[in-house]
Amino acid sequence: MEDTLLVDWSRAQFALTALYHWLFVPLTLGLSFIIAIMETIYVKTGNVIWKEITKFWMTLFAINFAIGLATGIIMEFEFGTNWSNYSWIVGDIFGAPLAIEGLMAFFMESTFFAIMFFGWDKVSKKMHLVSTWLVAIGSNLSALWILVANGWMQHPVGMVFNPDSARFEMNSFFDVLFNPTAYSKFLHTIGSGYVMGSLFVVGISAYYILKNKDVVKAKKSIVVGATFGLLTSMFLVLSGDESAHQVAQHQPAKLAAMEGLYDGHKRASIVAIGQLTPDKEIGDDKPEFVWSIEVPYALSLLGFHDVDAYVPGINELVYGDVHEEHRVEPAKDKIAKGKVAIAALKNYKEAKKLENEEAAENYLKVFRAHEKYFGYGYLKDEKDIIPNVAITFYSFHLMVGLGSWFMVLFFFILYFSMVNKLEEKKLLLYSALWSIPLGYTAGEMGWIVAEVGRQPWAIQDMLPVGMATSQLATGAVQLTFWMFAAIFTFLLIAEIKIMFTQIKKGMEEH
Amino acid sequence: MSQTANYFKEFIYLYIDGFRNMKTGKLLWKIIAFKFIVFILIMKVFFFPNFLKTNFSTDNERSAHVLENLIQGNK
Repeated sequence: MEDTLLVDWSRAQFALTALYHWLFVPLTLGLSFIIAIMETIYVKTGNVIWKEITKFWMTLFAINFAIGLATGIIMEFEFGTNWSNYSWIVGDIFGAPLAIEGLMAFFMESTFFAIMFFGWDKVSKKMHLVSTWLVAIGSNLSALWILVANGWMQHPVGMVFNPDSARFEMNSFFDVLFNPTAYSKFLHTIGSGYVMGSLFVVGISAYYILKNKDVVKAKKSIVVGATFGLLTSMFLVLSGDESAHQVAQHQPAKLAAMEGLYDGHKRASIVAIGQLTPDKEIGDDKPEFVWSIEVPYALSLLGFHDVDAYVPGINELVYGDVHEEHRVEPAKDKIAKGKVAIAALKNYKEAKKLENEEAAENYLKVFRAHEKYFGYGYLKDEKDIIPNVAITFYSFHLMVGLGSWFMVLFFFILYFSMVNKLEEKKLLLYSALWSIPLGYTAGEMGWIVAEVGRQPWAIQDMLPVGMATSQLATGAVQLTFWMFAAIFTFLLIAEIKIMFTQIKKGMEEH
Repeated sequence: MSQTANYFKEFIYLYIDGFRNMKTGKLLWKIIAFKFIVFILIMKVFFFPNFLKTNFSTDNERSAHVLENLIQGNK
């Protein structure tokens, strides 16, 4: 029997590690570019105040980077220990992107990072500026390789399953690299990092203005932060639209859960805000929402770029839809086909063992014919194809709501900066300060949508999480979960303390 | 001394001076060292062995084990 407790603890541990890691990554991605922009202004204008501003934000960048460093490596440990089946199966696909990421990160960080921090007045202004930009570009390219790997899990392409080695083997590096799901994910993820970096600069600068400390530097910083934030927020809307489009194409159950859509429609609406019916079950007649405000046609338009498009709901995805125009295959049929694929794999292996090549060839043909349903064969119930609707729906809507707020915030910060009335707008400045934790919240919600929303799959349609884990004692995973929880809490307190100390010092002496 | 050697020397001194003159950086390096000790020397070694590498000695055995899991559909 599949040990659901072990699977749940393994998932919880991975979620804890990933969510903790993601507290540091977005600020690295965003702040690195903001620092590069600030230094560019310094080099262009020669105004030494911009050098001081750059150095201040660079110190905060370093604190964030140092505390975040190596938190990602734990996930690699977890792959090998807790997720060994998965690691083996995807090893050939992930090897190349992750090796490139590791090498790139090492060389970029050890070389250009050192020049960026130690090279002031030791290398030319231009060389220093180039190093700062390369750190920003390098950090973002590191994210590319990780997200190529993640995008592949959401929409596996460019590979073939080898029934002898039990591995997905890459047959097109370019299909993996240019996977549209990976690209939309990469752009949306780095975009969220840019917004987080902007919120950080705007929020901390607002704090200085409120405290009447380093006001000139804070006002200059806030203009850069808000401009970058406004532009990247708009970019985030576009990349989010493309992400949703990819989800609609390849992960319909995730899209239905994101929107709380139980009954499919043509010209489907988007729920702008709403409350799910708490005891709603798949297949019952209860309404989807206690209350909701909807935007007509928007889900069809955004998901499929066609206002008339049909969007399948949870009920259709589970029980199927026989309508001629938009037929949806019932999950039980997919599960049956998946079981045929598993049986064919078993027979293939036995035929190979008996050296009966002809029989092996025939079983392999059966396997290939049903391969795309392979993962469904491990599901016990047709309803298992649907992720947790409440978590996915509320996380998605909170993320979108916060993203909209950030855009409004950046706009007004920039406007009042331009008309030189920002210091009078205390409420706006406090809002900017308190939006820093909201930025982190939005980023984490985004990952919850991406990862909870794709359940039950470790690899979409191919490998459910229950089949991806190792045979471990649940207690061992529980122990390391709590160890990580304690260490992460300690490190997070350390970071916040060091960061606060540095911020309280002000923008001088950096 | 050749120009390349000079560049190399300057590059090394960049690091040496940089580390010597660090303020907040010294604390950050201590935190980084702490993390490497805890994560890599303790957690990895004692709590996170590679399951397949520990339990099987060859790739053939590893693939056979994973294939068996996939075929059985349970573990």
